[in-house]
Amino acid sequence: MDIKSVPQDESSTYANNKKAIYAVDEDGKVKVATSSGWEAEETATKEALYDLQARAKDAYELVKNGQKSPLYFHMYDVRMDLQVLSESTGFFKWTIKRDFKPEKFAKISLKRLKIYADAMGRDINELQQLPKEES
Amino acid sequence: MSKFEHRHSAHCESGVMSAMLRCNGLDLSEPMVFGLSNAMTFAYLPFLKLGGMPLIAYRSMPKAIIKNLQKNLKLKMKLETFSDAAKGQDRLDALLQEGKIVGAQTSVYWLEYFPQEMRFHFNAHNLIVYAKEDDEYLISDPVFENPVRCSSKSLTKARFVKGVMAPKGLLYYPQYVPETIDLKPIIQKNIKKTAKTMLKTPVPIAGLRGIKYLAKSISKLKSKDKRYAKLFLAHIVRMQEEIGTGGAGFRYIYASFLQEASELFDNNSVLIEASKMLLEVGDKWRDFALVVAKALKSKREIEYSQIADMLENIADEEAKVYKKMLEFKG
Repeated sequence: MDIKSVPQDESSTYANNKKAIYAVDEDGKVKVATSSGWEAEETATKEALYDLQARAKDAYELVKNGQKSPLYFHMYDVRMDLQVLSESTGFFKWTIKRDFKPEKFAKISLKRLKIYADAMGRDINELQQLPKEES
Repeated sequence: MSKFEHRHSAHCESGVMSAMLRCNGLDLSEPMVFGLSNAMTFAYLPFLKLGGMPLIAYRSMPKAIIKNLQKNLKLKMKLETFSDAAKGQDRLDALLQEGKIVGAQTSVYWLEYFPQEMRFHFNAHNLIVYAKEDDEYLISDPVFENPVRCSSKSLTKARFVKGVMAPKGLLYYPQYVPETIDLKPIIQKNIKKTAKTMLKTPVPIAGLRGIKYLAKSISKLKSKDKRYAKLFLAHIVRMQEEIGTGGAGFRYIYASFLQEASELFDNNSVLIEASKMLLEVGDKWRDFALVVAKALKSKREIEYSQIADMLENIADEEAKVYKKMLEFKG
């Protein structure tokens, strides 16, 4: 890629940062140039982000309707899924699924709640309820 | 302030190693580090899922650059992992006290200075910690233009996440760096190795066969769930561009290595030619990403076979580059 064609699309995913990319200068030398974003890459990143947001939104509704425990929403809200949450806590998936049931989650031990809280970087109180506004 | 000099790099692991060696008196560019550690590859592992998506890699496994560089340049690297976060933080602080600059493996998600929209649960990011002021670490993250700061809480959390490729608080630094190295034989050996691996892998999931296999998977997306198909395509582009690849899934950075190598061999014409060819292949990868992005945005039916054909063509063009590389006799 010619150094003059390095995209400068100011992608929101870069949050005003610049990325290093290798391109060819006027003398034919390949060297580091900076890019403020590339639309193609931004589209791909956002496709993944929208999916995560959609999952968190669906989860929010299920929790609000009392079908799932708040844990279910928070898992998606910190961009995790059952796999990642299981790995981050060391809990078996089936035991986490049990905690997705509101009546089970209400009786969860403090010790277990603390492990969830640490893994998800939230405090215990936060984890036990839905945030007011849909995030 | 530290004498450490931050340099903006394309990729985290090669950027860290280049900076670390430079700080220890051995000045090797990022592309040189990348080439000498035999880091360019391709792998598509449909059975290994991360965040619901198969593993697609344009470079060797995490830590392979550190380990191959150690082997090929006869460095001595010290790697330390920890079972306990508090101990891991104390050890980092102690090393900084000694005046060392220290490499660390972290998750991306828990680093507070990362852009919100780039924070995913990926655990094999690399950075250099070069000082601590109060409760903040001074960090040279190679993929950032300037040095950054990070609270100890955030960094320690990022170092001690559990899960796939868990860093276990990994810290690393060189214990011995040779003053001078005859790069020529190492370059020769690794150019051959890269070319051979890409052309002649015995398994259908790696090298050029891996690219063709991925192309086949794309053409099969037609019968899959539409949501999944779009995420799958987006995932390919993300692995190719988003994850600090220097553009075109590390093809540009390797082309830069080939060019630098050609200069060491009195402007070797084979290497010059191979570098040019790889740059052109890199452009084709970029075109591929553009076509995918357009398809993702379009409301029309995605033409999977057309996208798959592009990838097939890329594999064929790349084959020519590797054959060219094998002509290199030094």
